[in-house]
Amino acid sequence: MLKTTPFHVRTAPLVLGATWRRWAGHAVASAYDWTHEREYAAVRNAAALFDVSPLHKYQIAGRDAARLLDRLVTRNVSTTQIGQVLYTPWCDAQGKTIDDGTISRLGERQYRLTAAEPNLRWLQQNAFGMEVEIGEVSDAVGALALQGPLSRAVLDAVAEQPVDGLKYFRVMRNRIAGVEVQISRTGYTGDLGYELWIPAQGAIAVWDALIGRGADYGITPAGIWALDVVRIEAGLVMLEVDYQSSQHAMIESQKSSPYELSLDWAVRLDKSAFNGQAALRAEKARGPAWRFVGVEVDWDSFEALFRAVGLAPSLPTIAWRSSVPIYRGGAQVGYASSGCWSPLLKKYLALAHLEAPHFAADTPVEIEVTVEHRRKRANAWVRKLPFFDPERKRA
Amino acid sequence: MRSSPAPGAQRSHDAIVVGAGHNGLVAAAYLARAGRRVLVLERRPVIGGAAVSEQVFPGFTFSVFSYVVSLLRPEIIRDLELPRHGLQILPLESTIVPLPNGDYLGSWGDADLTRRELCRHSARDAEASVAYGRLMVQMAQAVKPLLGMMPPDPTSLRPGDLKGLLKLGRHLRSLGREQFHALYKLLTMSSADYLEEWFEFEPLKATKSASGIIGTFMGPRSPGSAYVLLHHYMGEIDGAFRAWGFCKGGNGTISQAIARAALEKGAEIRTEAPVRQVLLERGRAVGVVLGSGEECRAPVIVSGLDARRTYLELVDRRALPDELLEQVQRFRFRGSSGKVNLALSELPDFTCLPGVGAHHRGAISISPSLDYLERAYDDAKYGSFSKRPYMDIIFPSVIDPNMAPPGRHVASIFVQYCPYAIEGGWTDARREAFGDTVIDTLSEYAPNLKSAILHAQVLTPADIERTVGLSEGNIFQGELALQQLFFLRPAARWSSYRTPIPGYYQCGSSTHPGGGVMGAAGRLAAQRILSDT
Repeated sequence: MLKTTPFHVRTAPLVLGATWRRWAGHAVASAYDWTHEREYAAVRNAAALFDVSPLHKYQIAGRDAARLLDRLVTRNVSTTQIGQVLYTPWCDAQGKTIDDGTISRLGERQYRLTAAEPNLRWLQQNAFGMEVEIGEVSDAVGALALQGPLSRAVLDAVAEQPVDGLKYFRVMRNRIAGVEVQISRTGYTGDLGYELWIPAQGAIAVWDALIGRGADYGITPAGIWALDVVRIEAGLVMLEVDYQSSQHAMIESQKSSPYELSLDWAVRLDKSAFNGQAALRAEKARGPAWRFVGVEVDWDSFEALFRAVGLAPSLPTIAWRSSVPIYRGGAQVGYASSGCWSPLLKKYLALAHLEAPHFAADTPVEIEVTVEHRRKRANAWVRKLPFFDPERKRA
Repeated sequence: MRSSPAPGAQRSHDAIVVGAGHNGLVAAAYLARAGRRVLVLERRPVIGGAAVSEQVFPGFTFSVFSYVVSLLRPEIIRDLELPRHGLQILPLESTIVPLPNGDYLGSWGDADLTRRELCRHSARDAEASVAYGRLMVQMAQAVKPLLGMMPPDPTSLRPGDLKGLLKLGRHLRSLGREQFHALYKLLTMSSADYLEEWFEFEPLKATKSASGIIGTFMGPRSPGSAYVLLHHYMGEIDGAFRAWGFCKGGNGTISQAIARAALEKGAEIRTEAPVRQVLLERGRAVGVVLGSGEECRAPVIVSGLDARRTYLELVDRRALPDELLEQVQRFRFRGSSGKVNLALSELPDFTCLPGVGAHHRGAISISPSLDYLERAYDDAKYGSFSKRPYMDIIFPSVIDPNMAPPGRHVASIFVQYCPYAIEGGWTDARREAFGDTVIDTLSEYAPNLKSAILHAQVLTPADIERTVGLSEGNIFQGELALQQLFFLRPAARWSSYRTPIPGYYQCGSSTHPGGGVMGAAGRLAAQRILSDT
């Protein structure tokens, strides 16, 4: 049997279409409802509740906690304030990305790192000779992402302390239904939203409180299909979908640096020594060979491909996660790694890796489209990410 | 909504749009996008015409008149970048028909679920439904090119018209035999007869036929109603035909988004600026006179109002040919729909599906049988509102919680028949009686309704006419009857968005392809103006 999350007894009866999937060895819902349409809409319209417990979570504490993290990741951890959260990638010695996640500073010498893949061994190797305790708390801590324009109203209705003052990428202690929780203003949707870090034994009480009081605000449990669409709209990269961990890559070309993932803003070359620093410095000087960009498919040319065979356009309402060639001037210049129709923006979007010099915003390119078993090309443009960036996300 | 320049500052305009309904706004946005300096003049304090959201009761927002979205043309959404300007369409997944015997008929957002539900009533209809759905998608695809086409005049030998006719002929030939015959049937039959060819379960036939009577003074057994049915299948959301959605914030958000697109391109919108008359000089339209006496001048005047107001009220009739005046006088409006908007302390609890559930997220249709709908029409035919009306109900606050205070709800009830020409004329007492009939009828299916009502707004066609100016309260600016469509909408020889007066154009739903929050007429009119001037 697959592992289940601390919320499983509540989520399992909600999965109407038996649309289970695996996430880090856990059973999670692709959608609760028969389709994910409404769950997706809840993220952009009301409040969606995602069970994100399968994330790997590490408690890092001790005198050298910040030193360890600073050696590990590309962002500056030592200047972080208590209650601050950082999003950051981390690299191997060659400056190739291993994983990406968040670091929350929970106390003077106490941090939590989240990761998509197991990182315990990598953490221990890097901690050699340091005074630091590394604890894996993946199973002990349940995690919920409450995302959407009304998520703040829901939390204010259920949490003991208001979350109004909680700024973007900040974390606070709070209580819900008598359970001690941490609430961070973070998420994977590009919208106003929060993530709740809950001791596993209190998981059900918190879930029930959220669902109970959240009903008036349209709270909707949502699965991975909805998450996939919103994270593409938000232009957020996904490990093992958009890029491979350098620790899993079989050949060099399967690896990506943070620059190649367009995560420049999360690389602080001027901080203390960290894994991959020299390689990244050199890469920055010569300029990255690849960039991770948005691609918007031109509707008229897309529609024309289908009209030519007498069909209405077939839109990917469930996001695809596969490699799709991108061309410019007849030659392949890169590939898209995920894509979807955005019901919000009414655009066909993709996330893509493009080679220099084809990655400049608004560059016209072509994307492969399969129409009635035949490979065609539709016009498209390179776009700056994110596709969707509402003010409420930070406000 | 008001934009610069400050009052009193005179600025010359290239075009003036009369009426900030959705088509007027679409025309304005397209003209502004092409670099024209556009002024939109709206009589009411709010823009949007019949696509408005208003807080009728504190805390409760209503799409006062039109209330769902499907027909809005995707090319307009793209061209005007309406999502960036605030348009957000939310799913409206199901239709539930409560039945007098305590059961219900459901159509859900999932094919398997709907099939299982239909099988409960008729396994044959469940299968027929799939084939019917496929054909109707093909039909919607077949008529889709016509929606974006200026109607050619079949009696004209002008190159433009001939080219249009040739294109039309080619298109119809390309449909193939089966589809052409189906199209012919849809254009000529009654919706009841058309559906009888497919289905046996009465509530299913009745509910599907309801799309054929909306906004029209016809019963499901009236020939021609099948076309109205098809008209409601033409909408597409995200490539799916026949998909209906709810606009976040109500239908006023559509108008606001179009207005923002127009303003961004430099258009100017003035509210509480009623146009009294279009100014003519040497036979040309040169400006308008406002109710205040103020004159605004522009070489192009575009009327978004219905045909009656465009031709019989805004301009001097002597400037128009008799044959056009006669046609406009005969143009049928005959508003047949009313609206009841409720503020609720709790959701209606339906006997057939107790409690709060998925059905509240979609539409509730009171359409138990063809006879029920036809009898409802019979009442209207003889000058009264239906004793047992057809209703299409949604609960916008369930879909968009911002429409009502937390825990409270709003209901939007579209009602037919509610004739404009009621015997003795509309009075407050008759309006109240109409509202009571609606609430009484619905209460039979949801007994807690009456006690849940906090406030009610009842709108008859007379109220619609008075408030938003739609003649006889017809929601389509004139019936979607075959003799009032395509090259005959609103009048033979004047279906091209031009009028006999140089510089004077029409862009409302009285022109092809007609009503619903579609915007196609506004876009085509703008294209006509841009190619003419």
